[in-house]
Amino acid sequence: MTTTEKTCELFDSGHRACGGCGAALAARLVTTAAGPNTIVVSSTGCMEVFSTPYPETAWKVPWIHSLFENASAIASGIDAAIKKQGRKEKIVIMAGDGATFDIGMICISGAFERGHDFTYICYDNEAYMNTGIQRSGATPYDASTTTSPAGSHSFGNKRPKKDMPAILAAHGAPYVATASIAYPADFKQKVERAINTPGPCYVQVHAPCCTGWGFEGDQTIAIAKLALETGLWTNFEMVDGNVTKVKKVVRKPVEEYLKTQKRFRHLFKPKRQDAEIAAIQAIADRNAEKYGIDIKLKKD
Amino acid sequence: MLEITEGSHAVAEAVRLSRPQVISAYPITPQTHIVEALAEFVANGNLDAEYITVENELSALSACIGASAAGSRAYSATTSQGLALMFEVCFNAAGMRLPIIMSIANRALGAPLSIWNDQQDSISLRDSGWLQFYAEDNQEATDLHYIAYRVAEDPSVLLPAFVCFDGFILSHTYEPVDMLTQQDADRYLPKFAPAERLDMADPVSFGMYATPEYYLEFRYEMDQAQKKAKGVIAKAGKEFGSLFGRDYSALIEGYHLDDAETAIIAMGSICGTIKDAVDEMRAEGKKVGLLKIRVFRPFPSEEIATMLSGIKRVAVLDKNISLGAKGATALEIRDALYGSGIPVNGFVLGLGGRDVRKRDIKEIVTLVEKGQGDQFYGLKKELL
Repeated sequence: MTTTEKTCELFDSGHRACGGCGAALAARLVTTAAGPNTIVVSSTGCMEVFSTPYPETAWKVPWIHSLFENASAIASGIDAAIKKQGRKEKIVIMAGDGATFDIGMICISGAFERGHDFTYICYDNEAYMNTGIQRSGATPYDASTTTSPAGSHSFGNKRPKKDMPAILAAHGAPYVATASIAYPADFKQKVERAINTPGPCYVQVHAPCCTGWGFEGDQTIAIAKLALETGLWTNFEMVDGNVTKVKKVVRKPVEEYLKTQKRFRHLFKPKRQDAEIAAIQAIADRNAEKYGIDIKLKKD
Repeated sequence: MLEITEGSHAVAEAVRLSRPQVISAYPITPQTHIVEALAEFVANGNLDAEYITVENELSALSACIGASAAGSRAYSATTSQGLALMFEVCFNAAGMRLPIIMSIANRALGAPLSIWNDQQDSISLRDSGWLQFYAEDNQEATDLHYIAYRVAEDPSVLLPAFVCFDGFILSHTYEPVDMLTQQDADRYLPKFAPAERLDMADPVSFGMYATPEYYLEFRYEMDQAQKKAKGVIAKAGKEFGSLFGRDYSALIEGYHLDDAETAIIAMGSICGTIKDAVDEMRAEGKKVGLLKIRVFRPFPSEEIATMLSGIKRVAVLDKNISLGAKGATALEIRDALYGSGIPVNGFVLGLGGRDVRKRDIKEIVTLVEKGQGDQFYGLKKELL
């Protein structure tokens, strides 16, 4: 169902995203994978704003945005309505990490518990980018944001990312996956699988933000890859709560990822913060162990 | 057919007969009996609707937005804290021009926590763009649901509507109510067929963002729709009257106002008490009448000014207070009567379920005859 519409971009050009925006790429990959038989629900955020400045819209599928926190409840109502009308459209939510990890949590929990049929895509750029780069529950440890700035008494964000996939798996979601815009084929495959799995499914896609993280727009894919290669992001699938597939890597030290972005610059300048870098390496090591991502190289 | 039934059940029956396709429900006293009754209808196959048991009121109305945008008739019910939690969603539903109907079993807002009646909850949403109907008794509460759907879904209106009826005083009271049959209801209320909906056959974007170049015009169009609703209510109310014998074409009703010197203005169940008090005062020779407001949004300013021309004084009873100013109705009436020279005396009363009796109405009339007003009525001095 998903590859027939490749000549037509359902998330069209002309939107107002920054050059190199990971979220815009995610939107295009999602609509390509989902196809025209889709209703998209957006939460308030960068994607909603850059794609629908009235009277223009980048969406060539039916699209609705209501509020910041209620995309899952909107999708619940659409699910009920089209079920009653005997329609067969697929419902895809596109929401940022602030809308997902923080303000939308109650609506998400309710909708997943009720078991509506939709796919929830969280484009995770790890902070509130639309309002000017404030920390969210998805912001990584030590990232400097405008509400968790690094300073003489702080190394930035004090907490690691919230484990949303585990939370939604605990709701009994039949399919939960993480993906990266650096691996578009894998991401699209996961979106397709989520859409074709009855019930509420969740795909969290790592979508670097050049403006918020502080890197050049031509580095988006490279940085997304580095996140995976250092173990600070992991790509996996969970079916009925069990991890069934994991992307394995030959891991690089986390500082290769950290050094590429201004949000971590304070860990290297004016002086190198070895203890903090070690703490972040420990997070990557725990991820690697938890999901078994390491490819063991044979010596010789 | 006349049935003796509880207000909430009568309302639930009217909702059932209106054939909503999606009901989104969350319990809150004193509204809960409505959604319980609707759940039973669905469970027993007496109502063919999707029934979503949401996790809070914000989601209750949000799910209605999704359902309505997808082209289904949507319904919810709430009150007080629940409506306050929906504040943001109320503005959003109206802005997207989705004709959702919500029953409000009016109740006070905390703190302090109160489950009892006043009208602070819906009045606090007066600027949200929703049409607001207020019922005097359970017959009216029931009938206004059909009217509300007809008006809200009219292409020249397309605004959501509250049907407000006083919590406990009406919601939990058994009264005889003349129920429509399904055939009657279907004759009056056609199927919901919006011109635009979320549909892959004709993709549209709902809820886009508007820059300062566009926003003002959106709000203007909503205000125009409110104003057009007056005529639509008149037509829908008249047709209801010609079919079923109860005419709701007027946004306001006068009771013994023709030769009255003092007019009492009020909304909701208190109007029944006032009518009895007026009857007794008339028997004593007092020229007193009632102006009942059935529709608070759109506000019938011109209609009120016309009905009150020649009156000597008015007493406005508000079961709400815009703290630091006045009761909401008193403020509106001052605007409606501006320049007429008619003195407007506001009384804030009955908040948090404080009972208002016939003798209170009579005392208020005595107070306005002395030129007094703009006060809380019925304060217990010993508590202050």
